[in-house]
Amino acid sequence: MMISKQTYASTTNACKLCKPLGATMAFKGIEGCVPFLHGSQGCATYMRRYIISHFREPMDIASSSLGEKEAVYGGGANLKKGILNVMKKYEPSVVGVATTCLTEIIGDDAPRLVKEFQSEFSDLDLPRIVTVSTPSFGGTHMEGFNATVKAVVDQLTEATEAHPTVNLLPGFVSPEDLRHLKEIVQGFDLPLTMLPDYSETLDGPSLEEYQKIPDGGTSLAQIQAMAGAPATIEFGRTLDPKTSAGGLLEARHGIPLYSLGLPLGIRETDALFRVLEKFSRRPTPRRFELERGRLVDAYVDGHKYIFGKKAVVYGEEDLVVGLTAFLAEIGVKPVLVASGGNSGRMAEAIKTVCSPMLPELPLVREGVDFFEIAELAKGLKPDLALGNSKGYRVLAKELDIPLIRVGFPIHDRFGAQRVLHLGYRGAQGLFDAVVNAVLQKTQDDSDIGYGYF
Amino acid sequence: MTTAILNERRQQVHRTGQGPMDLACNRDSLAGAVSQRACVFCGSRVVLYPIADALHLVHGPIGCAAYTWDIRGALSSGPELHRLSFSTDLQERDVIFGGEKKLTAALNELIDRHQPKAAFVYSTCIVGIIGDDLKAVCRAMSEKKGIPVLPVQSEGFKGNKRSGYLAACQAMFQLIGTGDVTGIPATSVNLFGDFNLAGEIWIIREYLKRMGVAVVANITGDGRVDDIRRCHGAALNLVQCSGATMDLAKMMQESHGVPFIRVSYLGIEDMADSLYRVAEFFKDCDPKIMDRTRELVRDELNKLLPELAMLRRDLEGKKAAIYVGGAFKAFSLIKALRHLGMQVVLVGSQTGTKEDYEELATITDPGTIIVDDSNPLELSAFLKEQAVDIFVGGVKERPIAYKLGMGFCDHNHERKIALEGFIGMAHFAREVHRSVMSPVWLFTSRKITASTRPIIKEAVA
Repeated sequence: MMISKQTYASTTNACKLCKPLGATMAFKGIEGCVPFLHGSQGCATYMRRYIISHFREPMDIASSSLGEKEAVYGGGANLKKGILNVMKKYEPSVVGVATTCLTEIIGDDAPRLVKEFQSEFSDLDLPRIVTVSTPSFGGTHMEGFNATVKAVVDQLTEATEAHPTVNLLPGFVSPEDLRHLKEIVQGFDLPLTMLPDYSETLDGPSLEEYQKIPDGGTSLAQIQAMAGAPATIEFGRTLDPKTSAGGLLEARHGIPLYSLGLPLGIRETDALFRVLEKFSRRPTPRRFELERGRLVDAYVDGHKYIFGKKAVVYGEEDLVVGLTAFLAEIGVKPVLVASGGNSGRMAEAIKTVCSPMLPELPLVREGVDFFEIAELAKGLKPDLALGNSKGYRVLAKELDIPLIRVGFPIHDRFGAQRVLHLGYRGAQGLFDAVVNAVLQKTQDDSDIGYGYF
Repeated sequence: MTTAILNERRQQVHRTGQGPMDLACNRDSLAGAVSQRACVFCGSRVVLYPIADALHLVHGPIGCAAYTWDIRGALSSGPELHRLSFSTDLQERDVIFGGEKKLTAALNELIDRHQPKAAFVYSTCIVGIIGDDLKAVCRAMSEKKGIPVLPVQSEGFKGNKRSGYLAACQAMFQLIGTGDVTGIPATSVNLFGDFNLAGEIWIIREYLKRMGVAVVANITGDGRVDDIRRCHGAALNLVQCSGATMDLAKMMQESHGVPFIRVSYLGIEDMADSLYRVAEFFKDCDPKIMDRTRELVRDELNKLLPELAMLRRDLEGKKAAIYVGGAFKAFSLIKALRHLGMQVVLVGSQTGTKEDYEELATITDPGTIIVDDSNPLELSAFLKEQAVDIFVGGVKERPIAYKLGMGFCDHNHERKIALEGFIGMAHFAREVHRSVMSPVWLFTSRKITASTRPIIKEAVA
């Protein structure tokens, strides 16, 4: 099932992004934080453009803008000057410094440089500075994202008295997902610290004043207090709980860790609700029971339209595991599950979420690009694809199959920041989208002009 | 307002009519200032990207290739190899032991698979540091495969976007002069600095055809390697886009004696003027060319002007701001906006030169803000201060305008609407009109006005 040898020397149409992008996304979910890339100017600008096109929101990423001189003599001075300039202009409470290929290779020691900075300017009212090492010659934006969440927990939490606020580490999901997760947890009357939380910073209202740093995000005080939580819930079946942020909180502060899959589809969402019921000692609120009930009802109403349809799923590993779990339970047959990520844990996770629903496991490929995904998909004759917009031209259009846009980036549709994937409500939206995609394809391909299905 | 400008950046902002014009530009971006600029690699990638039958291999980590995959609207009438994203996706072991072996293997594989007419190999930050001998690998591969394999020295940190333009020009220059020029007519040109966004170069080529001028090579929109190889056979180079291909035009003038003129296809005057200057150049070998050009301009204007007049009625007196990559584009945009009766109150660019900014100061109205290498906070402060109705800029500028409840016109490399030529002026006017006149601004907090209040009053009465 799992083949992980490198088929090609070259990469064509990557199904991944680089580590620092993930880092900036995680930093963006901290209140008052300015993401800062220690490297050359292009990295920050490219990522800004890429992220802006998805969220349709400002995404300011500062850069130490290293030039040739700094590449030879070290970028420390630029890093320090850059942080000072960011302080002057943005008045941040946190600066999130992520390294890049360039600064890693020239050997800049960001934590040491930041320490120097803090002692040199100890007379100033300094923001908290978090550093994370994110060279992109290895790993993907998800490693960058996860490493950053961990760095934030590692560098900002402080041993504190026990309190009832639960930690939730949701992973890289949409602002709408984050809002829905808060709503779910609030439904159990549980106080919550969610890290990161860019539900407002990357999906904010229209404003009269341009905000230097948009409102919202997990506050420094909340992050500091994470060490006193009764539990941490961490999403992501391909995350290794021994090395994750949740794992760190468990090891260092003894906080019980609940490692769950992304709550995508009924079963993975049920798992989250069971955990919340356990913490809160409350039953699931009726409105969520109703959402679940309607979802099951919809699964029944729509099952025949989609049974046995074959799907290709691609994107971030944890997302594709969740999507596969969902597809398996609605009768769609995932035939190829692929990611540019290379955690080594995806095949096992797929096996777990597919049993006992699927008699035959899909082909699982880690560390692949779209060239290989398309090449494999051609032979499998899929009926639809689920993933980000990068698979549109080279996969979905090429095979003439509908693409249901999920995850990141969605650059060719409107409302990416409001796509809900999680919870019963998210599954409902996805289910409707899958059924309608199949119906539309049938309708479009037919000369009859069916007026009802 | 003043707090939005860092002290070190004060010399990069000027107000027309206030003090002498001495804008500091072409500086490296200030650390921590959130510049809208990119890097050397970006400059090279933009210029070479539209060459559609070449392989574009990014030698570096995955990000540089991923962020530049098919992001530009540079169309091709034939092959579309440029729309795929190729990378060596360097890993830690490559960084430690060198990436030459992987580069060789990748080139070997990709050239066999796609049979390109040439290959461009882009250097990135990493490669500049680990010291891969790009030239040697390319030379060896060139010999092995029998196609030009050209290194592009575009290490991200070695300058700014302009240095990337130069690196791209140097790579292309190696192709020029290697093709057969027989059969190229006397009235022939190359189109420099047009990237065929939304099919724009086809509009210009059609005008030239009607004038009786042949185009040898598009550099680089809808570009082909074989055309570039023989483009030294053309009589004249038309250079649009100030930064990107000027270096190449100068190199060609020196080495092949091909003269160039600077042109712009944006807006009515600049478009017409550009065609007239081409006609002027060829009038000795084609005495009728000026008549044909006048007829062309007259026909096009007859089609265009009634619509513009209609749109102008709505747009008269509205305020516009411009922030673009190259300053040359800004000149044309100022004129185009004035045609719509609009007032330009802010104009800036990422990579303008001293001469560009001096000229901007002479053509703009008193009080207009002129800025080099700006950033979101500065721009937002300027936009608010000037109470702008529409901001003309690129992807990174769009959310600034929208957040503030202002109209926006995309004038970037992703655009799907052709803005060049006379028809492009109509598209531009419609695009500006579409944004400025939308009723949605009545709901944004900056502009909640009397127009929404009557309905609310009625409801609560």
